[in-house]
Amino acid sequence: MSVFFAALGGTILLASFAIGFGLLLTGIDRRVAARMQARVGPPLLQPFTDVRKLFAKQNIIPANAIPWLFNAMPIIALASSIAILLYLPFGSFAPVLGAFGDVILVLYLLIIPSLALVLGGFASGSPYATVGAQREMVSMIAYELPLAVTVISIAWRLHAAHVAEPFSMLTLMQTPVWDVVGPLGSTALLILLVVMAWVTPGELSKIPFDSPEAETELAGGILAEYSGRNLGLFALAQAVKTVAVAAFGIILLLPWNLSPFLGLTMVAAGIADLVFFALKVLFVVSISVTVVRMMMARFRITQVVGLYWLVLGGLGALAIFLLMADTSYVPGMI
Amino acid sequence: MTAKKVPYIVPVGPIHPALKEPVHIELTVSGEEVISADFTPGQTHRGIEWMGLSRNPVQIVHLTDRICGICGVTHSLAFARAVEQIADITVPERADYVRTIIAEFERIQSHLLWAGVAAHELGFDTLFYLAWRVREGAMDAIELISGNRVNYDIIQIGGVRRDITEDQFEPIRRCLANYKDLFGKLKMLFLEDAVINSRCKGAGRLSFEKAMAYSTVGPTARASGCTADLRADYPYAAYGDLNVKPVLPTVYSNDINGDTYDRIVVRIFEIAQSIEIIEECLANMPVGRILWEEKVAGILAACKKAKGEAVGLHEAPRGECLHYVAMDLAEIPIAWKVKASSYSNLHVWPLILKGAQLADIPIIVASIDPCLSCTDRVVVTDAAAGRTKIFTKEELTRLSYEKTRRLMQ
Repeated sequence: MSVFFAALGGTILLASFAIGFGLLLTGIDRRVAARMQARVGPPLLQPFTDVRKLFAKQNIIPANAIPWLFNAMPIIALASSIAILLYLPFGSFAPVLGAFGDVILVLYLLIIPSLALVLGGFASGSPYATVGAQREMVSMIAYELPLAVTVISIAWRLHAAHVAEPFSMLTLMQTPVWDVVGPLGSTALLILLVVMAWVTPGELSKIPFDSPEAETELAGGILAEYSGRNLGLFALAQAVKTVAVAAFGIILLLPWNLSPFLGLTMVAAGIADLVFFALKVLFVVSISVTVVRMMMARFRITQVVGLYWLVLGGLGALAIFLLMADTSYVPGMI
Repeated sequence: MTAKKVPYIVPVGPIHPALKEPVHIELTVSGEEVISADFTPGQTHRGIEWMGLSRNPVQIVHLTDRICGICGVTHSLAFARAVEQIADITVPERADYVRTIIAEFERIQSHLLWAGVAAHELGFDTLFYLAWRVREGAMDAIELISGNRVNYDIIQIGGVRRDITEDQFEPIRRCLANYKDLFGKLKMLFLEDAVINSRCKGAGRLSFEKAMAYSTVGPTARASGCTADLRADYPYAAYGDLNVKPVLPTVYSNDINGDTYDRIVVRIFEIAQSIEIIEECLANMPVGRILWEEKVAGILAACKKAKGEAVGLHEAPRGECLHYVAMDLAEIPIAWKVKASSYSNLHVWPLILKGAQLADIPIIVASIDPCLSCTDRVVVTDAAAGRTKIFTKEELTRLSYEKTRRLMQ
């Protein structure tokens, strides 16, 4: 019973934090992007206003749509995005449901918001949304490979170093993989960092990987038929997912906490670590989302697959070989 | 998906984020590949020719300014040239130079506007904002010369309505120097960017033979290797004094592919060419009058005595723009026909869209720089029945025969 209430409380707390922080991140992203393009840009809190407006607007369901599927998908997208957070450690806070799932589960959960988008797109009954949904599926299949390679190789390296429970999210956060590896492994991890930096915009459907939404080609593609409350829910899901994806990357490859360096304990440590974690999320989003989308044009969907499978998949394979070689020299420092 | 892909129809337009003006393009798509494409213009017909046929040429010049939102001088220059030929009006040399300068500034701003649109179609918004910011320089120069940014209203039958004064030379030269500095950067950003290269090379290819067969004009034709450029072929205004050579993609690379990338190359290098032309015009500006006749009444008197027909041509940023005017001893012309440059270029859409990737449609559609408000001349509607009609070639030929016979009687 107490587990249930802890999970419930944790969910509500995390959901409100992630929605607020995610929308703020979107606001910062838009403002920084505008400044990089020599524009003034919207106020930082513009995404909050946008969502509030969307919730007040008419919710149109197209005549061709399958209403129950069309309406259910935004809710599933938001719910599954929040569900990811329950398995992620934030700073020195352990995951709410850490005992019930590990990194593999998170890997699967990350797919669900995109899958909800795909189903919603197909259920819209619009050619733009159908093409967008097809592209979203293809890009999911594309970025899943380098993402899985990154996760598996890091967990495997921890396993090779005889770290207990290498697949647990908490272990990944508490035992930075960088502390385990030798110089070859560090090179491999740097490569994986590059891979993750490219997977992040793909996961979030941002330029250059925004072909599922592609404003100029598909007029919003997958979201073309969504409006009002449903679109607002998708906006919230996207905000939460931004936090989740960035946090996931941080836990895998940039896991350090601030408190051990500052010698803080208890509440102070928790707060310092959480703030530091949030700053890391902001950093990852600024680099992987804002800067990348400012300096690139949109890829064709075929180019997306080529990049993720051949280039980033190849880099991932190289990283695995380096980690294997690293293991034979430096089996583990712990 | 299913093993067998069923073709489906993706409509683009009449209103679509990729289109800056209304046109309807219908694409039959299988997976991501376009199997066939068709388009329906006539979504933005405004009846300007009809308005013109109850006005005198001096009034029409102001109407022509408003045919296009980008080519503020193209249509008025072509129209004025047609009327000047019929009424036997000689344009003073200095006016010819002013016309050339403003026409070339228009080319600079139009090509930069297009470059920005192209970047936006590719999803490269940073470049879009950069191109449009850079474009402001040309807009400012145009405002300095004509007093207006969009509808210049500088052309008058028999000359120009405003002179370029001595103290305006300095700011214009500064603007040109600024563009010269920026040119290298623009060239690098548009022509060397990896993603633009991979998206535009090979996309929307138009062979030399097809470009000729479809009578394409302007940068679209030149990108396919046709040397058509009215400024070189039939020099007018001050172009006869200048040595204008058509810009082909060979200025940048060795071969001509006629693809979207080549169209970018041609337009970017035409900006450099326009800068040179303006500099030369400024250096060799003759002194003298800017109007054949300063009083409007005098111009109209000449129009009243005019009888005959003429074609006024101008190499617009998008290619040849043609105005046909017929006058018969009256202030008001008896016929006025506008053929905007895009009219010749639109017809290659079905050809170059066929086999393209769905993702490349916006950039291919934009690559010919369509200007639809200029192009849409006629739409046949039956308001009572709520139908619009499209005439076939045979019907149009028959109607033309009938009209000719009616005129001969």
